Amino acid sequence: MTIEEIKSILSHKTVGIAGCGGLGSNAAVSLARVGIGKLIIADYDVVDLSNLNRQYYFIEQIGEKKCFALQRIISHINPQCCVEAHDIKLDHETIVSLYANVDVLIEAFDKAEMKAMLLQTMIRSLSHIPLIMGSGLAGWGNFAAIKEQSYENIYVMGDGETEVRDDMPPLAPRVCIVANMQANKVLELLLKNSV
Amino acid sequence: MKLIINNNPEIIDAETLTVAELLTLKHFTFKMIVVKINGKPIDKNEYATTFLKEGDNVQAIHLISGG
Repeated sequence: MTIEEIKSILSHKTVGIAGCGGLGSNAAVSLARVGIGKLIIADYDVVDLSNLNRQYYFIEQIGEKKCFALQRIISHINPQCCVEAHDIKLDHETIVSLYANVDVLIEAFDKAEMKAMLLQTMIRSLSHIPLIMGSGLAGWGNFAAIKEQSYENIYVMGDGETEVRDDMPPLAPRVCIVANMQANKVLELLLKNSV
Repeated sequence: MKLIINNNPEIIDAETLTVAELLTLKHFTFKMIVVKINGKPIDKNEYATTFLKEGDNVQAIHLISGG
């Protein structure tokens, strides 16, 4: 497939991204670069200096809401990518209302409890939508441990082991690897039946 | 009992087996696990009272903080 063919398919697709931290901001930028037509992003948090070791934000954006900061970054990369930004803490109801019509959803939360809540919501209410999760990305090195596990249309990227701790922080290289595995899986799913 | 656990066929040496017993047996001890049986999610408070049947497709998805 040529880049023009790829772009013409992706320009009609909508990808949901739940969370705009390390996974969400990096996955969103990759997807905007390749020409996804619409991204629906959501996060209630603001950009903090401590985020810049892995998240796709700039010093001058500190204090801004992440969802709007990311929307602006993407407008500077690919203005044709429509970004619908929601300053909201996602729960069962808002996940179902925001993401009912996306082609694929990326889970990009920080806390395991939120990941589990989103997964349960998707299984119960939107099980037809492919869900791409991140689980196990803290620390550095150990590339070979990072993998994709699939459970029907639920895909889990990461090493499945390393939990974020004070002495095992999330850092740009591994976080971006997992974020881009998620973005790469989106392309695989969206381009699969379009040849 | 023959089960499919995380996409792998396995034989568990037990006549009866609850979800809670299976998780212990498999050392699935992560704080956050979402369990699906034959595509249906099982609530945490039902692990001890949900019995598995021959041929059940069990998926235990581990979720770890960080993102």
